[in-house]
Amino acid sequence: MARTAVSRRLGDRLRWRVAEVTERRAESATAVTLVLEVPEWPGHLAGQHVDIRLTAEDGYSTQRSYSIASAPDGTRLELTVQRVVEGEVSPYLVDELMPGDQLELRGPVGGWFVWQPEQEEPVLLVAGGSGLVPLMCMIRSRRAAGSRVPFRVLYSLRSPAELLYGPEIRQGTPGVDLTHIYTREAPQQSARPPGRITPDDLARHGWPPDFAPTCYVCGPTAFVEKAAAYLVLLGHDPERVRTERFGGGED
Amino acid sequence: MAIISRGFHGRRPPAGRKLPPGQYETTGFPVLSAGPTPWISTDKWELSVTTETGRRHSWDWAALTKLPSETPTVDLHCVTKWSKFGTRWQGVSLDVLLADVETAAEYVLVSSYGGYTTNLPLEDLLDGKAWIAYGYDGRPLAPEHGGPARLLVPHLYLWKSAKWVHGLELREKDIPGFWESAGYHNYGDPWQEQRYRGD
Amino acid sequence: MTAGTPADTAGIPPDAEGGYIDGNALAGPLAELFAVDLTAATSQCAHCSNTGPVARLHVYRQAPGLVARCQQCGQVMLRLVRAPETVWLDTSGITVLSIPVGAD
Repeated sequence: MARTAVSRRLGDRLRWRVAEVTERRAESATAVTLVLEVPEWPGHLAGQHVDIRLTAEDGYSTQRSYSIASAPDGTRLELTVQRVVEGEVSPYLVDELMPGDQLELRGPVGGWFVWQPEQEEPVLLVAGGSGLVPLMCMIRSRRAAGSRVPFRVLYSLRSPAELLYGPEIRQGTPGVDLTHIYTREAPQQSARPPGRITPDDLARHGWPPDFAPTCYVCGPTAFVEKAAAYLVLLGHDPERVRTERFGGGED
Repeated sequence: MAIISRGFHGRRPPAGRKLPPGQYETTGFPVLSAGPTPWISTDKWELSVTTETGRRHSWDWAALTKLPSETPTVDLHCVTKWSKFGTRWQGVSLDVLLADVETAAEYVLVSSYGGYTTNLPLEDLLDGKAWIAYGYDGRPLAPEHGGPARLLVPHLYLWKSAKWVHGLELREKDIPGFWESAGYHNYGDPWQEQRYRGD
Repeated sequence: MTAGTPADTAGIPPDAEGGYIDGNALAGPLAELFAVDLTAATSQCAHCSNTGPVARLHVYRQAPGLVARCQQCGQVMLRLVRAPETVWLDTSGITVLSIPVGAD
């Protein structure tokens, strides 16, 4: 609940904490999940993110934001990082950072692009590529909270090789209907030819607007721009379409 | 005190050249912008200089490109800490542009298409130190780098080199521009590391 | 988001077309200053009076600071510059913020 999360932090300025990597899990050829142990982690809401700060030996420092992938679970936190070619930070996180290493982290932050188990309306999640990460957090939090709110998920990805959370997604979750939209290369059994997401995909696999679902759209800026516009075009109330653009190809 | 990230170096080539304090060399050309990129057709483009008495001088694209141009090769220093060596430009020196402008003003407020502003002393635009640049690396200046034309003042941090330059207002009193009014240094000398107000 | 608000933007390519991300990205930098999450607050634009969540503003971060613009009229609503020891926050483009704080 935003309320409890907010009041817990009243009077407490957000500070950097030191987190330790306890485990790495490859999610695809280019993405890894980092499992972190964060002492005194205050808990988080599904959809929130953290800021990560890296500092080189000569003092050079830079920071990035990453969505939280895991449902609240004590002091354990999972982030999924997609390696961006030519990126400055993501190749380090994906290839270099090993169990036992530490990094600086602050959060959780963000109180708007969040789903809370108290919500009763149906939910539509629309993910472009690694935009799935905060939406996966919502799916996992729904399961952890025992919520029976129906979820529909449209997951746009280039090819089957880019699929994140493969085993978990294949296993499925009761009440969560997931549709893959392959944009470049679809598996052989797929009826839909590869191509970018269309209004028809959203009409067919999403919710009718009069069910008044809350829609969460996350992905690269261009993807979010289109998907959100299609939803409004289909009659969804713009107030119920929440977006998280994460920019272009940078990390 | 920050913890050191073992093996993290950032994307910085080893700098063998003289860099202003706190800067790192980049070989790319990062695009920084505080807003959407304005797309200005050269048919509609105009540059004006307004003096402290209200006298207005203006140049359309044909008039600007008819003026004698120079091809300076300069180093760029961005306040976000990247520096880029040996960039090649084409443009009109402000000495040429301001040759017939009568003024006793000491300051300039530069404004751009899109609403950006920056301020600097007039003397920093004169004596071969600044250009209205419309060519980069042998090509017309791309919109993301400030085309059709930008101000180029390489001896100051790059935020002073206003992209999409539209007007120069000559003023008796200094008035802070977009970043100068939000915590950045009023002058911005990279060699003195004048990043923020108070530096 | 998988990408956010670098303090140092050295070498980062520009954002995709549009060049901006959502106001959600302000959550971290503002949480450093305020005890409540301001991205869920409703802001009114001082230029066009459009109101909506701060999370919906268009944020340009490939710049010396963060610049948040009105999604309706494009004018600047908020600027945030992080110096090593000072944060400069300009909210003159916002007339009113309505901030959910929850019940006591």
